[in-house]
Amino acid sequence: MCLAIPGKVEEITTEGGLRMGRVNFGGVVKRVCLDYVPEVEVGDYTIVHVGFALSKIDEETAEQTLKDFREMGVLDEELGSEEEAFTRAAAAPQSACPGGSCAVEKH
Amino acid sequence: MKYLTEFRNGEIAQRMAREIAAITTRPWKIMEVCGGQTHSIIRNGIDQMLPAGIEMIHGPGCPVCVTPLELIDKALAIAAQPGVIFCSFGDMLRVPGTECDLFQVKGACGDVRVVYSPLDAVELAAKNPDKQVVFFGVGFETTAPANAMSVHLAKRRGLKNFSLLVSHVLVPPAISAIMESPGHPNGEDLPLGTPGNKVQAFLLAGHVCSVMGYWEYPPLAEKYRVPLVVTGFEPLDLLDGIRRAVVQLEAGRHEVENAYERVVTFEGNRAAQKLLGEVFEVTDRAWRGIGVIPKSGWRLSDAYREFDAEERFQISGIHTQESALCRAGDVLRGAIKPAECGAFGKECTPRHPLGATMVSSEGACAAYYNYGRFLSAEELAKTVVSCQ
Repeated sequence: MCLAIPGKVEEITTEGGLRMGRVNFGGVVKRVCLDYVPEVEVGDYTIVHVGFALSKIDEETAEQTLKDFREMGVLDEELGSEEEAFTRAAAAPQSACPGGSCAVEKH
Repeated sequence: MKYLTEFRNGEIAQRMAREIAAITTRPWKIMEVCGGQTHSIIRNGIDQMLPAGIEMIHGPGCPVCVTPLELIDKALAIAAQPGVIFCSFGDMLRVPGTECDLFQVKGACGDVRVVYSPLDAVELAAKNPDKQVVFFGVGFETTAPANAMSVHLAKRRGLKNFSLLVSHVLVPPAISAIMESPGHPNGEDLPLGTPGNKVQAFLLAGHVCSVMGYWEYPPLAEKYRVPLVVTGFEPLDLLDGIRRAVVQLEAGRHEVENAYERVVTFEGNRAAQKLLGEVFEVTDRAWRGIGVIPKSGWRLSDAYREFDAEERFQISGIHTQESALCRAGDVLRGAIKPAECGAFGKECTPRHPLGATMVSSEGACAAYYNYGRFLSAEELAKTVVSCQ
């Protein structure tokens, strides 16, 4: 949840009074709020956290960081769709007794 | 020059590791505050590249892990109510409450949605005027600007059916709490900088500082006489942050330093800080496993209190019960390594987590389990000795 992901701003619009943009994260395009980065223009790179651009960064930093985050396996969790999130959650079965009582009985 | 390919090539990383070894004359304990950094350190084996005396202590910076169980239980109770659309980030789905988790609530009866941004939840509220839309707003300072804007927007649009279940936590008070906690030698008998002491330097979370800057930290460095180094998440960033912390420690300095200049400025994002100041106010917060830390979080300010899900839903009758075996609190305070907990890898695994540090991918226990770290640092050291 705490990682901000770099992406390239492809389009800037105004929606409902908010400065919004289409940001490309190495192929995955998301709607992102640009209200906090008035200095960012189309073609700039910015780091984005949960749909909000937080600061402008240079292209080399952005592309390399994006590549690294992909290799470190953290992009899917941050950028995945709702369906992917539920699929991941379904694959993480959990005890019916998270309080640990069954674990105690086991011993 | 701080990238994974270069880290994997090894040359720069090895040189940095050698440099750290060359300047290290005594043992030091350094805490990385952020769970994302813990994940990167363990995944990339950075702690194992360091000289024997440098120990990385994993901090409480995993928002999923420190969200109180009582609030998870409240979230589950709200999500189960008819007429509610409960929105969350994906990593909260499997966090165990006392009786179940959000994923199970969705399976049973609740309308639980995963959204990419809190703004998506505001849109859902606009499109579903007959439903109550609740967003689970947890996280550190990095996530707060998004949640602040969602409430701000809901107010501007006059949406009466949107609310935020909020549990925001802040890094600077957590550092104070760690330095002042009873049992933390820095707060008691051992003088600062004594070998064997607990945390002697901190790596500050880069993305938190991208929002907040680092103007809040110089008083902490001064008060606790600890170096604080703003650090990124990539392997070479982390090595660089550690190196700078060791340089300061060896020289007896305690300053705030920015090792993540390509992203972080001293001021941070002023536009975000301005809205945060309007929407939120500082409050005492309970941290799971740690307890209440004074003035360590944000809640909605008076002007936005009507959007507080806790006020709107008035959930009562929750009987929260923590696992008796789980030592997540000790892990989160840096008092023990995950493998030193008796339940680690036995009663407690990612498939059967007893505490949130094992659930979240940013949790220290999950990172240790997933990357095969079943031994404590001391045991690892003994293993090496016995092999020679």
